[in-house]
Parts: sequence; C-alpha cells; structure tokens
Amino acid sequence: MKNESRKVLLEPVVDNNPITLQILGICSALAVTTQLAPALIMCIALTFVLISSSAIISAIRHHIPTNIRIIVFMTIIASLVIVVDQFLRAFAYELSKQLSVFVGLIITNCIVLGRAEAYATQNPVWPSVLDAAGHSLGYSLILVMVAIVRELFGSGSLFGIAILPLSTDGGWYVTNGLMLLAPSAFFIIGLFIWLIRSWKPKQQEKPDYRIQIVHRTEFL
Amino acid sequence: MNKQQHASIWSRLLSLSNDSTAKIIIVAVAICLICSIMVASAAVLLRPIQKQNEMLARQKEILKVAGLYQVDKDIASTYKLIETHYVDLRSGEFVAINKKNKQNPLTIPDDKNITGISEIMQYQPVYLVRIDEKLQTIVLPLLGKGLWSTIHGFVALSADANTVKAITFYDHAETPGLGGEISNPVWLAKWKGKHIYNKQGDAFIRVIKGKVSSSSNNALHEIDGLSGATLTANGITNIMHFWLGETGFSPLLARLRKNNTQENH
Repeated sequence: MKNESRKVLLEPVVDNNPITLQILGICSALAVTTQLAPALIMCIALTFVLISSSAIISAIRHHIPTNIRIIVFMTIIASLVIVVDQFLRAFAYELSKQLSVFVGLIITNCIVLGRAEAYATQNPVWPSVLDAAGHSLGYSLILVMVAIVRELFGSGSLFGIAILPLSTDGGWYVTNGLMLLAPSAFFIIGLFIWLIRSWKPKQQEKPDYRIQIVHRTEFL
Repeated sequence: MNKQQHASIWSRLLSLSNDSTAKIIIVAVAICLICSIMVASAAVLLRPIQKQNEMLARQKEILKVAGLYQVDKDIASTYKLIETHYVDLRSGEFVAINKKNKQNPLTIPDDKNITGISEIMQYQPVYLVRIDEKLQTIVLPLLGKGLWSTIHGFVALSADANTVKAITFYDHAETPGLGGEISNPVWLAKWKGKHIYNKQGDAFIRVIKGKVSSSSNNALHEIDGLSGATLTANGITNIMHFWLGETGFSPLLARLRKNNTQENH
C-alpha cells in the first residue's frame, strides 16, 4: 500500500480517532456497549454504512447540487441504514432486538455525515473508502474496548461466557452495577481519552480560556 | 431514439450546472427513486425470513412462560407440547377458523376500552399444556397501551384458571429503567402464585403503588409497584382487567374451571 493510502486508513485509528479525538458518535458508544456482542454488531453495521455511503457520495460528488447536498447525504445514509436494519432483523433477530433503535440512529451518527461532508465530497472513491474504513476501525476499536471493560466488570462475562465467577452463583466476583448504566461508558471513554492523550501529547488541546488574576483587590 | 441521441441527452444532463434548478430537481428525484427501490426491495425480499423469526420468537416466549423452554432444545420440537386453540371471546367456546367461519374484528365500546385498543379480533389464540390428558397450564395473550407504547405479553395460569404461574411482557417501548422494568425477571417473579379473581369473580389482580403489605386483605391480588413507572403499571393493571374480565377470556376461563372441577371429582 502506498504511503498516502496507508496514512488515510490508519490515521483515524488512534491519531485522529472519531470518538476520542473528534468526540463524535458518543451516543451509540454509550448505548450499545453493555455487552460485547451487540457492540460488535453495531461496529459491523456502522462500518458497512460508512464505507458504502462514502463510496456512493464520492462517486457522484461532481453532480450533487450544493444547495441540497446535506439532504442528499441523509437520503443515501438513511436508505443504507434501513437496509442494514432489515438484514439484521432477518439474520440476527435476537441481537437486532437488543440494538432496537440504535441501528436506526446510525442515520444521525455524526461520524457518517461528518466523513461525507469533510472527505467524500472532495476525494475520489478509493481514498474515500479507505478514509471510511479507517474511521470505522477507530470507532470499532473504542466501542469494543469499552464493551470489554463494561461486560467483564458489569456481568463478569465476555460474549455472554462467564469469565469471573459471580458471587450470585457461588463465586467471588461481585458485579459492578454502575458498569451496566450509561454513565460508566462516559467514565471509561474519558479514561481512554486521558490515556491516549498522555501517550500522544500532540492531541492535547490548549485551553480556550485561562482564568487569570488581572488585578489584586488587596491593593485597592 | 438512437444511441447517439441517448448519449447526447446524458452528456447534456451531466454538463448542466450543478446549481441550476433543473439539475437540482433531476438529482433529487433520481436519488429518491434509487433509494426507495433499494429500501423497498430489501424490505420485500427479507420479509419471509423476518416473519419466520417473529414466529419463532413468539413460540419461544410461549414456551418460556409455560415453563417448558430449554436452552439446548429446538423450539419447534418442544412447541409440539403446546395445544393451540382459537377461542370466541363472546361465548368462551373453542372455534375453528375456516372459510365459513371467518375471523372478524370486534369494536370495543368506549366505556369498556380501558387499554386504549379500540378493535380486537373476535377469535383469539390461547395455548394449553396438557400432561396425560390433564390440563396443566393455560397461556393467554395480553395486549394494551402502557405509557408510550403497545405492550405485548403472555400470562400462564394454573389449571384452576385463577392462579398466575408466570407472566411476561416481551415487546414494548417503555422508558428503560422505569417502565421498562416490566420485563425485569425479578419483578415478573413477584406475580407467581397471585390470584386473578376475587370472591365475586371479578378480575381483581393489580399493580399497586409501593410495596404490598402482607397484612393487606388483598395481598393475594396485589403486586409491588415500580417506582417512577405509575402510568406503565396502571397500563398493566388495565391490560389484566381487560383481558381477564368479561371483555376478554373470562367466559373461557369459567368454562375451563368448571371442566377442571368436574374432572377432579
């Protein structure tokens, strides 16, 4: 793979991660990560939608009127999401029930519209596909890591297979109920952001404002 | 029209300015057409498989509530234990649905319409489990409005047609964590052993506010409330009263109860 393509594909995995750097797509990251299996299905669904929408939009990019471009993106993305949802209902019925509205909410996932507007409209098909694949990988990486932490400590299992013997079944592990609630995903994502930014200090942002002492009251 | 003309229309279309009104309309219509064909064909082609899944999921719920579900066994083979009958809600008799005797909708008068469902089918399915010819379990479908959504469920009764064996609400869209707790197994287990009918024969079972006190006269008919979910709980109470009262399966259950006592004596 050429250097340029490699960069487009791999940069969003850590260096420009959609969740931890761009802070996009948080909604689904909170909602579907209590267990690993639905999180993985969500990653696959998003990967399919993101890659297909980027490819289609990039292919017709010279013919999308600027005035109606957002609604054109939304129509394409929404159609793809409905198709994915129909497929899940046909071939992964139980999981599609667990994911319920969140598959539908891929339509409003900022990562998908963001890549369409920021990259696919200005680049040829192949780089757009790579960019979409890279962002899907970045999203999936974080989702899977959050889901591993939440399912392991929240239910003592991974993919529904018991790893830590639960105290309710005579083992030693007392489940952490917080892990099953949405706020825990916030904490875990926050910790990941902290870890990644300590590892790559370039990602640290300068604060917009600083509280400064402009004058000292005791002298007045 | 020959090929060249075709090509020239196509190239004229492509060379139109992106911001001209004609191009905007053409692109919008084309995108909508292609997308709707894609969505419609996915929905139509996958419909049979989805129907199959829904049926299996429904059978699984019936088996679960009847206490027959085993994880390692095939649903279709276990489901053979279940007898399905259609019952005429008005008379409580079992009926066969065929060309002569068609399913028809019943309109519920406003004063009886407590669950927000204004029309139901006259013939409703019920599921019976018999072991050695003896009736063990009666599974009845439940349906009605909660706070936000239509709640679907099943209740399993013992052969006395009064004691709850198990209950489930398998499809709803109530608030997760509040009304959504109606599918929490811990809460559902509280229904076990409760009685539907009081001495007067009215459907009296209900979800109350707060905890059931054991000293209450009606403790046998009461289920602990769900905090923060009063409206969903009221919906459940209404569903129970509607489906187990005169508007629902009460005539059938009265008949089964009579048969059951006759068999025992």
